[in-house]
Amino acid sequence: MSAVQVQQLVKEFDGGIRALDGVTFDVPKGELTSIIGPSGCGKTTTLKVVAGLVEATSGTVEVNGAPVTAPGPDRAFVFQDFALMPWATVLRNAAFGLELRGVPRREREDAAREYVEKVGLSGFEDAYPHQLSGGMRQRVGLARALAVDAEILLMDEPFASVDEQIRRQFQEDLLRLLSDERKTVIFVTHSIEEAVYVSDQIVILTRGPSRVSNVVRPGVDRSGGSDSIRRSQAYLDWVEQIWHDLQGYLER
Amino acid sequence: MAFSLLVWFAVWEVVGRLELVSLLPPFSDVLAAFPEVVSSSTFPEAAWITLQAFLIGMALSFAVGIGVGILMGTSRAIGSLMGMWVNIFESSPLTAIVPALMALLGFGLPTMIVTVFLFSVWVIALDTQVGVERVNPSLVEMGRSFGASRRVLFSQIVLRAALPELLAGIRLGLIRGLKGVVIGQLLIAVLGVGYLFELYSRNFLMPEFWALLIILFAFAFLASEAVAYFERKVSFYASSR
Repeated sequence: MSAVQVQQLVKEFDGGIRALDGVTFDVPKGELTSIIGPSGCGKTTTLKVVAGLVEATSGTVEVNGAPVTAPGPDRAFVFQDFALMPWATVLRNAAFGLELRGVPRREREDAAREYVEKVGLSGFEDAYPHQLSGGMRQRVGLARALAVDAEILLMDEPFASVDEQIRRQFQEDLLRLLSDERKTVIFVTHSIEEAVYVSDQIVILTRGPSRVSNVVRPGVDRSGGSDSIRRSQAYLDWVEQIWHDLQGYLER
Repeated sequence: MAFSLLVWFAVWEVVGRLELVSLLPPFSDVLAAFPEVVSSSTFPEAAWITLQAFLIGMALSFAVGIGVGILMGTSRAIGSLMGMWVNIFESSPLTAIVPALMALLGFGLPTMIVTVFLFSVWVIALDTQVGVERVNPSLVEMGRSFGASRRVLFSQIVLRAALPELLAGIRLGLIRGLKGVVIGQLLIAVLGVGYLFELYSRNFLMPEFWALLIILFAFAFLASEAVAYFERKVSFYASSR
């Protein structure tokens, strides 16, 4: 069962630059699908078309069978640069998606408080974004996206601006959170390790033309905890194979 | 600040007592002239018409400057259509226009209002434009992705994020508007504080002249500090957008 179907997506920017050139893939419901590829391959553009933030030149995106033309309450976006309002507290930022939807203050703050706690920021409700580290800021971005209770979570390189140690902790926390929430996630990343570690399915994009080169399902056994996963043969093999796939395009 | 004022007023007093230049009476004489200036029959009227011209002119400047600035910041076409002219007017000696305005609008309030407007509107438009252009595009995308309407996007995100530049423009605009109202009145010479300046200097009433000038200084300072107070409140996010 697909939650999102992307078909023959073409995006041409002003000046004739083709960011996407016939991208097609399916996103199964309740799974985490990563989009990975060299920079300039249109990963983020694809995600923004799915979000309804960018209009495709041709091709379609369907969410549960309905074509996407604009942002909607079934999708929530997590931004690479967090996109927090610097003048608002953590709680108000986390509640802002609900605020825009007209949810009464009390109700939205209760929901936001719950997710602020779930992402591990209790005690920081009244802090301002500039008082937080990058990793903590992205937790606020995640809380905001979870609080609107959208079925589909769109994450644009959410950990790109976070340093490596915190990044691993964050990946753990994300997987734990998602296992409680049963969300469909599309996750853009440029890190192969990250993609193999968190994904059920990986869509590999290539550059010039920007198309899907391969869709793989690593199916790494996650039962043993993070350290044993990162040392498992399956994990290492998948990282290696995707690296090979991409290398061919990088050298061109 | 109090220390600096005391020192310079002391220096002023000493220089004034030396009677080097007739333009500069001792500071104590100036202080003594304050009650006279304020209680003179012409002062309330002059202050009122000046304040009226200033407030009406500034209100127009805010409305037009912020409106035009937003348009220039959001639409590239309007930005390039207006940008050059706004910049030219911003840096041009507008004092030269005032006599022409007098011919057109007469020696009354309209001329002063238009002078205040012309002095202050450009910097407000330019700073608003910069503020709107500097709004982080992903904040706008964030708003859109969570379903904000255009109106909400503007009032809650764009204007709010542009506030540091907007306030800087308003502060500079206030100072320029005040210059405008005084210069306008000096040229008209029959109205407001400009008339009083004219009166005092023509009759060599230097203590009164200085007292009036200090009142204007204080007003300008308080107005710009009031805005600066709000500017400081939002300055923490000017760098973190």
